Parts: sequence; C-alpha cells; structure tokens
Amino acid sequence: MAESYRIAIVGSGPAGLSAAARAAQLGISHVLLEKTDHLSDTIYKYQKGKHVMATPSQLVLRSDMDFEAGKREKILGTWDDQTAGHKVNVKYNAEAKAIAGQAGDFTITTTKGETIRAETVVMAIGTQGNPNLVRCPVGEGATVQYQLDDPGEYIDEHITVIGAGDAGIENALGLAADPEQRNTVTIVNRSAEFSTAKDANIKALLAAEAIGRMQILRETTSSAIDKGMITFDTRDGEVKVRCDRVIARMGSAPPRGFVESCGASFEDKDGKKVRVAGTGIEFSSADRVSYPVLSPTFETTTPGIFVIGALAGYPLIKHCMNQGHDVVEFINGNTTLKPADEPILVGKFKDLPGKKSVDEWLEFLRTNITILDALSPLQMREFMLDSEARFYRKGETIFERNAPGSSLFAIASGSVLVQVSPADPGITVPIGSGLIFGEVGLISGRRRGATIIAAEDSVCVEISRTAALRLQSQVPAAKAAITRISTERQLLQMFGSGLTSADLGGVLDGATIIPVSAGKPVITEGEEGDDIYVIRSGSMVVEKTVGGKPVFLSYLPAGSYVGEMTLIAGGRRTATVRAAVKSEVIKLSGAAMRAVMEQKPALLEKVRRDMAGRQDVNAFIEAKKDSFSGVVDMYSSVATFLVDQGVGEATDVLLIDENLCVGCDNCEKACADSHDGLSRLDREAGKTYAHLHVPTSCRHCEHPHCMADCPPNAIHRGPDGEVFIDDTCIGCGNCQRNCPYGVIRMDSVPPKKPGLLSWLFFGAGPGPGEPSKKWSYAHAEPGVEKPKKAIKCDMCSGIEGGPACVRACPTGAAIRVAPEDFLSVSRLEREES
Amino acid sequence: MATATKRATPGRVKGETLHDGFLRHRNFRWMKIATLLSLIAIAGYFLIDVQPRHNGGSWYGYGLGTIGALLILWLTLLGLRKRSMTRGRWSLKAWTSAHVYLGLSLIVIGTLHTGFQFGWNVHTLAYALMMIVILSGLYGIFAYATLPVALSNNREEMTQPQMLDALRSIDRQLHDAGQPLEHHLAALVQSSLDQDPFGGGLIRRLSGRYPNCATRAAQAAIRRETAYKPNLGEDPLEKVDALLVRKEAILARVRRHLKLKAMLEVWLYVHVPITFALIAALSAHIVSVFFYW
Repeated sequence: MAESYRIAIVGSGPAGLSAAARAAQLGISHVLLEKTDHLSDTIYKYQKGKHVMATPSQLVLRSDMDFEAGKREKILGTWDDQTAGHKVNVKYNAEAKAIAGQAGDFTITTTKGETIRAETVVMAIGTQGNPNLVRCPVGEGATVQYQLDDPGEYIDEHITVIGAGDAGIENALGLAADPEQRNTVTIVNRSAEFSTAKDANIKALLAAEAIGRMQILRETTSSAIDKGMITFDTRDGEVKVRCDRVIARMGSAPPRGFVESCGASFEDKDGKKVRVAGTGIEFSSADRVSYPVLSPTFETTTPGIFVIGALAGYPLIKHCMNQGHDVVEFINGNTTLKPADEPILVGKFKDLPGKKSVDEWLEFLRTNITILDALSPLQMREFMLDSEARFYRKGETIFERNAPGSSLFAIASGSVLVQVSPADPGITVPIGSGLIFGEVGLISGRRRGATIIAAEDSVCVEISRTAALRLQSQVPAAKAAITRISTERQLLQMFGSGLTSADLGGVLDGATIIPVSAGKPVITEGEEGDDIYVIRSGSMVVEKTVGGKPVFLSYLPAGSYVGEMTLIAGGRRTATVRAAVKSEVIKLSGAAMRAVMEQKPALLEKVRRDMAGRQDVNAFIEAKKDSFSGVVDMYSSVATFLVDQGVGEATDVLLIDENLCVGCDNCEKACADSHDGLSRLDREAGKTYAHLHVPTSCRHCEHPHCMADCPPNAIHRGPDGEVFIDDTCIGCGNCQRNCPYGVIRMDSVPPKKPGLLSWLFFGAGPGPGEPSKKWSYAHAEPGVEKPKKAIKCDMCSGIEGGPACVRACPTGAAIRVAPEDFLSVSRLEREES
Repeated sequence: MATATKRATPGRVKGETLHDGFLRHRNFRWMKIATLLSLIAIAGYFLIDVQPRHNGGSWYGYGLGTIGALLILWLTLLGLRKRSMTRGRWSLKAWTSAHVYLGLSLIVIGTLHTGFQFGWNVHTLAYALMMIVILSGLYGIFAYATLPVALSNNREEMTQPQMLDALRSIDRQLHDAGQPLEHHLAALVQSSLDQDPFGGGLIRRLSGRYPNCATRAAQAAIRRETAYKPNLGEDPLEKVDALLVRKEAILARVRRHLKLKAMLEVWLYVHVPITFALIAALSAHIVSVFFYW
C-alpha cells in the first residue's frame, strides 16, 4: 500500500521548502520529494561561499523559513535547521517520474518505482530540468554517469566524455590533468567545431590534444555503449574503442514535457504513448519561454495540481518562498489571503486619481486596455509588477522625440496627441483610450520617433520591454494587435506625406513579417521583383557588385525601407540588401504600394526623392570605381569588418584607432576611476582590422542580449540610450553568459583608494586605475562581505562630460560612434575631396 | 597623427568630429596659437630696443620669463590632469595637443628670454634642463606618431597576457616533449626553459636583440642533430624541434612588442624627472634673480 498524504510537494527548492514548512506548521499531512540527498539542489550547487542576494528588497518575506542575503552555506544551514525544527516530512532520493490521477487522488511514481498518493500536488521543480540522456543503447554492466564530482578518484581507466560543451571539456581536462592517474580520456563532439564552449576551454582542450593527453573525436556520435567498449559513428565509419566509463555532458532539457504530462490521459498512437490534447497541464503558448497557465491560486489546468516558483515564471527566491506559503494557505481553504506583492501594487497605484483598491485598479486597466483583455487576474498582477501606472495632466509631455526608450504605453483612460512633424508641433494625430503607443521603441529599440503629449487628463500604463514581451508570448491576440498597429504606424511615420491609416489598409492586408537571419539577403542584385521591404528590427547593409567584388554602399538601421527603385523605375534590383544582424522585415506588395502612390502624389514624390539620393550613391561608386578603387575597397572592407563585429546591432560603440593608440591604458584607468574602481573595458582584447580596433566594451545593443534573462530585471536602457545594470543585481551571471561580446564581468567593488595627490607625493595606495586584487584583498574592510555583481559600461551616464574613456585618451585614438554615422558613404566622399 | 586618408575636411558629420589625433586636434588650433605666440615674441625681440642689449632682466625679458615660467608649471600639470578623472567637459587630447605645441613654443620664448647670454650658472642650467625636456618631448611626439601602427601590426589581435600564455603553454609542452630525449639534448631544452627570455636590461629591451637567447641556441643545436636523420614523424626530437621553432616565433613577437612599448615609454623616464629638476633649477633661478635684484 502506497503512502498517502493530503499534499505532496515536488522539489525542495525555496518554493517547495516554504510550502512544506507551511504545511507542517498547519499540521497538514504532507511529503516533500527531493531527487537528491540534500535540500535545495540548485542553491546547493552554487560555488562555495557565493553570496546569495535577497531581491526585490521592497517585497516582504512571508514564509515559515527564514531567508536573508548571505553566504550560500549560511542560508542552506538555516534551512536545514528549520526544516528539522518544523518537522517537515522530507523524502530524499525521490525523483518524481510520473504524476497520474485527478484531484483528491494523485499517484506519484518515483524513478525508483515507489508510489506516493496525495490529494493535491504542488510542483516546485524549477526550470533547471534534467540532464539529457544518451540516446544510443546502453548494454548491461556499462557505466554511464551524468556528473563528475572529483576527477581525482578515477585511475587507470579508459574514460569517454560525450559532449564538448564547457562542462564536458572541463571534465575531460580534469580527468587527463594528472598523468599519474594514467587515464585514457576520449572526448566526443558531434560537429567539427566547438561552438558552445568558452574560448579558453577550447584552447586548453586543443593543447591537451596536441601533447597527446587526450583524444578528440570530431563529427562523431556514440552508437552503442557496452561493458568495456563503446562504439562510435564517425565520418569514416564505425569505430570501437575500449571504454570503462562514459561521462555524458550533453546539456539539460527544460522539464516541460514532464510537467505537461502530469495528470494527463494517454492514448496509443502509432505504437507510441501520446498525451491526449486538453489533458495534463497546459502551457500558455508553444514558445520556449512560456509558463503553465495558472489560476490566481497557482492551480494549473489540471485541478489539484499547483505550480509555484521558477516554473510559474518567478525566478527570485523571495517570490518562490512567498508562493510556497500562499499556495498551502490556498489549498487549506484560506481564500481571503492577499498576495505578498500587494504593498508593491498599492505603491504603484497610489498616485492615480480616484480611490480604488488594487483589485479594482487591476480590473479597470484590464477591461479598458484592449491588449490586456485576455489576461487572468494572476497574470495581471505579475504584469503590473513590471509595469508602471501613470497619471498625466492635460498638455503634459509623456515622452519626447529622440528620447531613448523601449517601453510600450497603453492608454487606460483619456487620450494623447502625437506630434508627427518635428518642425511644427501643431500638427498632431490623436490616439484614443484603450490603444497603445511607443511600440516602435519596443520593437526596434531605436529612439522615440515623435513627441507625445496628453490630450486630456489621462491614465497610462508604461509596460516595460520584458513585460511587453511576456504579454505577447502569453496572449496571442495581444501580439497580433501590437504587430498590426506597429506596422501601420511605422509605415505612416516613415512615409509621412499626409498618409492616413485608411490609405494603408490594402498595403497592410498584404504585408507579411519575415524574420531574416544575419547575413541572409532580402534583395539580391539582378533579380526581378518590385516589393518594398521595411526594416522592422535589426539592420541591413546594402552592397553592390563592382568589378566582381561586393562594395559596401550603405547601412540601414531599423525604420528604413528598401526596394523602391525597381518599383518606380522598373528593371532589375540594382543592389543586394543583407541583414547585418538577426532582423525582421515587413514585406509590402509592390502592386499595393503602387496603388497607394497613384492616389497620393505626395508619397510618390517622397519616395522619388529618397530614390534619387540612393541613385546618387550608386552612381558615385560606379564613377569612382576606377579612379580610387583602393579607397572604395578599404571603406568596403572596414565596413564589413565592423558589421561582422556586431556593430550593426550597436547603438553606441567604442572604437580605437590603432594608428594613434600608444597603449597607455589610460582609458581603462579612467573607466575604473569613474566607476567604483572597476574597469568596464578591455582595451587590448578584441578584433582589429586596418588598425581599427573594436575593444571588449559594451555596444549598447538595440536589443540587449544581456536583458534576455535577468531574474531581478535589473538591466535597463537609460535616458541617454545606455544599457545599464542597477543595484538590484543578484550576481547570478546570466547576463555575462548571454552577452555575445563578453563585455560583462562579475566582480565586487574594491575598497576606496587614497586620493591622487597622496599617491603622487607619498606613494599611498595603488595609484590611478583598477587596484590589483592583492591590494583590494589586503585593504578590504574586515568582516564585511562584498557580493560579486555584474558590471558593464553605462556610457558614464550621469557623469558630466560624457564617457571617461574618450575624455581620458591622450592621443584621440578612442572614439565612440553610432553605426549609422560611421558606416555612411559620405565618409568616402569626404575622404576623397 | 591621423591616418593618411584623413585630410582636412570641413563640415564633418556627427560622431566623427572626435576622430582627430592630438596633433591635428581642432584643425591644428594649438599649433596656430603656439606659432602666433612665438612670432609675437620674435617680433617683439627685434622691434623693442632694449639697452645695452637684450637680456633676461629687461622689462621684456621679465615678461618672457614670466610667461615661460607659468607655461612650464602649466605644462607639468598634464601629469595631474591625465590621472585625475574629474567630471566635466575636458578632453585629455586637447590638453595633450596644447601641451605639445605650447611646449614647443617654449623653445622660442625661453631662448629669447636668455637674450643669448649663457654661462656656467644656475640660470643656464635651468635653460639646459628645459631644452632636454623639450627634446625628449620631441622624441615622444615622434614615437607617438610612428610606433602605434607597428605595435598594432605586431600584436595581430593578441593581447600581451595572451602572448605570455601562449609562451607558457609551449614551455609546458616542451617540458613534456623533452622527457624522452638524451641527456645532452634534454639539457638544451632545459636551458631554453630556464632562461628568462626578456631579461638583460634596458639596452636589450630597446634594441630587441638577445644574442644569448637559449631558445635559439637550443633550436640550432637540435636542428643539427635532426638535419641528417630521415623524418619519420615519430622521433621525439622532431617534435621538440617544431616546438622550439614555434617558441622562437612567439618570442620574437613578444620581444618586438616589448621593444615598441619600451620605445613608447622610455622617453618619459627622461622627460618627467628632468621636469622636476627643471622646476627646482627654475625656482633657484627666480629666487637668485630677485635676491640679487
């Protein structure tokens, strides 16, 4: 007979622990299932001594377990003690494999084959998932493991490491490090390149191969693992190698499949067990980053199964612990409990006119704003945590033309006016209640295209980029609405010429949004076609083949259009347009555009003018190709180099002219001295072409990769377009891993240095620039623990005079540029003159 | 120095205005100012009739001396400006530009201030020190204008730590590859591992020549051994040979790198200390002039 409980909690992370502690406090029969032999495996796996942070600081902790910022060991110790103190019923080494049944009678099967019965199930398993398993057949007696704790414990063995990511390489290097262990190590990589590993690891691996410490099998997969032997599928056929132990490090899969199948019914389809649609736990969309659909009480679409914590979309420890507490209260019948984020939301609504409760405000916003209509109350709460409700008096400016900003605005009541002409603020277009504006900044990351003022007293919601993206993934209707409105507005703004949305109806109906991966062309020179492409996000480069070589003509940022030449003048495409970075274009049918242009001569006139400008550039290049082809080549190749270096997605990038750079590193020192003693740039590292050096320093991308996965949402775009990290950083390192340019470092603030004059005259302190680790260590304030946080360039925002690196360059080698200024053919014309 | 392709171009576009070297800053603004200052000083020297002859003690001489002394103090402040990252709209490039051209104008102002009266005294000492500082500065301008390109070409996107890492990695491989060798050959490898390849003082560093390089010696000796053997691809000596060749190549690169960096810096070891000596001599000069008024 299986054990039976009222609540079974799967996963003993902060959320699961807190839930179990609450259940224990309330005297509810419960069991906490943990797949390992210790609590809270994710935090357990943090490196030793890591400082764990407790953000958001304004959120009150509501849990029977204590938690405050501190060292990993201290937090785990506290939880171990309190788990014992509360008499929580923990079942270790119990990994749930399947959950079946319905509310009141669930059966949880563990990987060991045990079964546990429970009336309700709380899933708190996080998003880390499980390691990917080897797919080839594994014979009896073969040793396959997915983790390597101590490489020193294996001697005299033939070991195969499968997967050449960082984990695999580090394991292999560890096993081969000491020749005294006499291990024969083989590492297997599916492709010829090591695309996912860090550069330093790859170098170390290749060095180890060069000296014969290990064998690297490239373009190889394992086809069978047997005791003492492994069979590989290589490019040259099957190979058998002696092997005593396989260590598989092939990444991990998010636990979505497992979650979806919980409580589901299955049917046989083509001999496979397939989940019946509509049963099990539903996710909000097919997106990789979607979460289960939840009720306000965290209940999934399978009644009786609750999801909390990171899996519910709340990655921060405090959120998780509060939810653990709340979910058990809800299950226990406490319906009046207000969520712990209530005070935050009260704060958000306190400046709005009219006395309404938080729930009333949420309902008011949800019913008045079209795109929020489909949100559940829980989603609405979460949505508001990342958004701001604002009240604007009549005539107040909401944002100005050219101000940076990536947020979306929605009007809950009142209306606003868009000043469409920079020359005459009197020309305005109204946007009414329930609609959105500011979507161009959201989609392209470019500066605001127009000034917006309140036409009457209005309540608007400013939706942060993250909240807007989450909203679009949760609510397909919202996504469609935002896309259509943004396309329409982008066209109206770009073409101007007195167009109205009514004129564009036909064009919009035929418009399609096409994603273009980096380097792929949307238009190829010499082909037929009269469609117009509008760059929605990303950027494009225009190239023309001159004398058999592609010559860089121009760089097009998001918000421009191409393809008008063949539409107006006929003939074939005269140049190739390629995506500089991953981009999205809107394809407009040529016929529909022609119809609009016939009706609106002003539009035709504008397009003609734009076209004339481009034809001038073409003609210029054609005319000059013989007389100074060297300069054209040079310009073209430098431009290509910069685009390859990701300058195409930059908004502001530091370049160093190595014709001038004397290597004094004053830029780095100035950077450190302007920012708490930590430099955010590495001058020497980075690529160089024709003496133009792109140092390792933030480019303030249009769509920052670092922002993609920041648990406390601490990365923002500031008022000058800079991407910066605020004080709520928890030091998790996600942004560092996500940055393709390696410009984010994790470090703690060094102690304060003595002043410059005491260094100059008395030699006190380490002098200008970043102090050495040794000095920082020796002069650290005793007993004060300083957490390592993510630091990166903030373009010296708030510092009068602008970026310190440029100001402090003695020779003028360091410059900061925006790509559209730098990559223009006008440079070429001027250089020629 | 700006790049050769960048000729003076009026009406630069936004974002490019900053891209001038310190010598060309703002279309040679400080060169023009310094030239004007020098021309006025020279014109004054010839137009103003000082009796019995031009000297430092006339009103014109005092005027030039005051300007010169103040300039020297201001020029010295560049060292402070460079290291003090205060807020505000200043540009170190503009300071460097002014430093260079106003410093050069001191040749005219200081020389005219002497009235061409030299002797074995503290006054001429101050003048001589000033000229040494200026001459070392001239070398500095030359170095800053010509060497960065060579430095950039030589390093080929490698950073200095990466070069040293590569060297260490080869050393480790050499150490392992040298194990099976006969004693006298292993000793050659060991000598390459033991030597500090960049030691030998300033002259070596600046010349980039290391005649006693153990790596080169070892490579030559091992090449003599391998030259008459067929290369079967399994002789450990061949591997050591290849590693030594690689080590030599990377050593050459690091040595060139260090040489260029040293050439970019070495003049400062004259320029800065002599400046302080100059200020001391200048103080003595001024005090003694007023003492013997």
